[in-house]
Amino acid sequence: MYRITEKSPLAPNIFLLKIAAPAVAKKAAAGQFVILRLDEKGERIPLTLADWNRETGEVTVAFMQVGKTTRQLATFRVGDSIANFVGPLGKPTDIEKFGTVVCVAGGFAVATVVPIARAMKAAGNHVIALMGTRTKDLLFWEDRLAAVSDELIVTTDDGSNGRKGVVTVPLKEMLEKGNRVDRVVAVGPAIMMKFVAATTQPFNVKTIVSMNPIMVDGTGMCGACRCSVSGETRFACVDGPEFDGHQVDWDELFARQRAFVTEEKQSLEQWQRQMAEATAAQKTA
Amino acid sequence: MPKINLNRTPMPKQEAEKRASSFQEVAIGYTLDMAKAEASRCLQCPKRPCVGGCPVNISIPDFVKSIVEGDLARSIAKIKEANSLPGICGRVCPQESQCEAQCVMAKKGASVAIGRLERYVADWERTQGITMPSLPAPSHKKVGIVGCGPAGLTAAASLARRGHQVTIFEALHSPGGVLVYGIPEFRLPKTIVQGEVNFVRSLGVELKLDWVVGKTITIDELFGEGYKAIFVGTGAGRPQFLGVPGENLGGIFSANEFLVRINLMKSYLFPSYDTPLTVGKRVVVVGGGNVAMDAARCAKRLGAEVTVVYRRSEAELPARREEVENAQEEGIIFRLLTNPVAFHPNAQGKVQTVECMEMELGEPDASGRRRPIEKKGSNFRLEVDTVVSAVGTIPNPLIPQSTPDLKITSHGTVTADDKTGRTSKAGVWAGGDVVSGAATVISAMGAGKLAAADIDLFLRS
Ligand SMILES: Cc1cc2nc3c(=O)[nH]c(=O)nc-3n(C[C@H](O)[C@H](O)[C@H](O)COP(=O)(O)OP(=O)(O)OC[C@H]3O[C@@H](n4cnc5c(N)ncnc54)[C@H](O)[C@@H]3O)c2cc1C
Ligand code: FES
Repeated sequence: MYRITEKSPLAPNIFLLKIAAPAVAKKAAAGQFVILRLDEKGERIPLTLADWNRETGEVTVAFMQVGKTTRQLATFRVGDSIANFVGPLGKPTDIEKFGTVVCVAGGFAVATVVPIARAMKAAGNHVIALMGTRTKDLLFWEDRLAAVSDELIVTTDDGSNGRKGVVTVPLKEMLEKGNRVDRVVAVGPAIMMKFVAATTQPFNVKTIVSMNPIMVDGTGMCGACRCSVSGETRFACVDGPEFDGHQVDWDELFARQRAFVTEEKQSLEQWQRQMAEATAAQKTA
Repeated sequence: MPKINLNRTPMPKQEAEKRASSFQEVAIGYTLDMAKAEASRCLQCPKRPCVGGCPVNISIPDFVKSIVEGDLARSIAKIKEANSLPGICGRVCPQESQCEAQCVMAKKGASVAIGRLERYVADWERTQGITMPSLPAPSHKKVGIVGCGPAGLTAAASLARRGHQVTIFEALHSPGGVLVYGIPEFRLPKTIVQGEVNFVRSLGVELKLDWVVGKTITIDELFGEGYKAIFVGTGAGRPQFLGVPGENLGGIFSANEFLVRINLMKSYLFPSYDTPLTVGKRVVVVGGGNVAMDAARCAKRLGAEVTVVYRRSEAELPARREEVENAQEEGIIFRLLTNPVAFHPNAQGKVQTVECMEMELGEPDASGRRRPIEKKGSNFRLEVDTVVSAVGTIPNPLIPQSTPDLKITSHGTVTADDKTGRTSKAGVWAGGDVVSGAATVISAMGAGKLAAADIDLFLRS
């Protein structure tokens, strides 16, 4: 069992959790992820690492409430434990001195991008961070990202904070102006990563994306996470999760991500019914 | 002397119609009378060829004799001298090509049903409460075992029985390896695996779940933590694919994913368990091995019409005969001499048809089996909702990647001495599927046992 040592809201529907998992904390590196399972009946889901502390043995993850498991996780409190927490999985981000690196964060993936930007900066790169969300309420950790980058550009779709529009707009401007960019690392919703890759392709800038397919074991034994990269089948959990965004078959990823939409909805609805019944029972008691 | 019955006592089974919709165990097991009747067919011949046919050399005639005498406690004690997992082996070993193949009675009619007797005695013990063997004084030497499948469990049990301090590191949340994630409940109930794992733990073996060696900790780091010897029993769990177009469409699963969802994650109990799996009306399983049979029989139980597509003919099916018969009884369709060449999607990117070609058999290939050759222009399509690809597995690359001085073959297996399990790296032994490639439970156990004996020698020197 792995105890929750801290929980805080980051934005509406988005939470930060710290979990006591010393073995994971000891080995964690930027770009890696964990697989967790809440209880005996739970499914195994991947969450990317947001931070870790080798001294206290805590690992930080951020998650958004979407389906049943993340909503259930949002009901957990400090002191509660989750059944399984495995990691750190996947290959760490390839960190080297590349020159100028643009780190792009879409939505709550800023939590994943902060350690990547931090490692890139520590390796001597000039780091330009680009973060985008739909609206200002969903923004968090601008300060943390600013602290680990040389420049920070914020965008919101509705213009409520920073520049109006999506992250690819300032990225494209930068490239069109001829600003030097040696590498782009993009983490966020698949559709956003696809567009980032499409933006950089004409400029031939190496673009690393963090694939987020459905996973089960996370150790390379099921193939649920397989993706086509350069026409070859790769397992995101052990061969990735980071791949060359220009070589990824995005449509295949989208189709595979949708494999269980009906069941996911059914599972969530059943859980919500049970929660409602439990609350009603509590009230009458 | 009473006349010896030349036929084996049949195994009572659930009826085919009933079991095709149930995950309950198919074979029901002998009664005491059946077990005694079957055991008395053993001639107690002096040469004991069956013992040589058993990869862990159980004293078969002795345990069988004790059944005839009604001394089941002695019978199980005899088995457990050589095998810590009898309830599992009695169910899933291919006895017909091992101990039973050597049985003198096989030439007279039918061999003694050794596997069924082993199972009977193990099940009897479970209802009685397990008797603990006595353990020697602790050696205080730490041994690390990587992977909690049959190889790791056997190595752990043998080392613990020799007094060593054993810790198993397992990547998954549940111990047992293929026994829990691959082999379905209806062939091997998970409570039996649990029981036999608990027995190993009761010998003082520590079990660390959620530890992915190569990620959470490396082999070299384990040495740093005071482990004197390490046994790698990580299996051959990485699925292979056919390499034909459309293989990554939605609705196409590796057999491992399909079986992991069902067996480990209990998706057949969805939504009471969270992990989903819907197979739709038509399922095609590609492959002809035991794994394909397990996947097909699971799909059947989830309510689908199931077709097994295999590129050779019935005679070459690598699955155990018994499993093919079980599948046929349950109504699974076999399209033999048929090979998938492409998968085609619907508008949502989900698989809709499997394009196949008819095959014919040519000259024998390197494996000695006749090589399947495509018949030109024989392409046709099967409509499907789900495809399960059961075309083989190879060892997981995490250990090789994180242990650069461990010698690996071109097939990705770990190189190890077949008498001792020693690898190219000092202090590291390996055995089971990670060395042999996908094989059997009992061969993995045999390898675990051999390595444990050699590790024991090493720790004492
Ligand atoms: C569906 C199916 C049906 C089968 N049916 C039969 C049958 O009827 N009879 C028979 O004899 N054989 C059968 N087999 C084959 C048999 O199960 C295997 O040969 C046997 O389990 C191999 O044992 P093992 O201990 O080497 O590996 P496994 O059972 O594969 O166990 C390896 C364990 O190591 C863990 N592991 C892997 N990598 C790491 C790591 N880096 N760190 C920590 N842990 C790790 C895995 O999670 C796993 O638990 C079947 C196989 C399958 C897939
Ligand atoms: S999640 Fe199972 S192989 Fe990657």
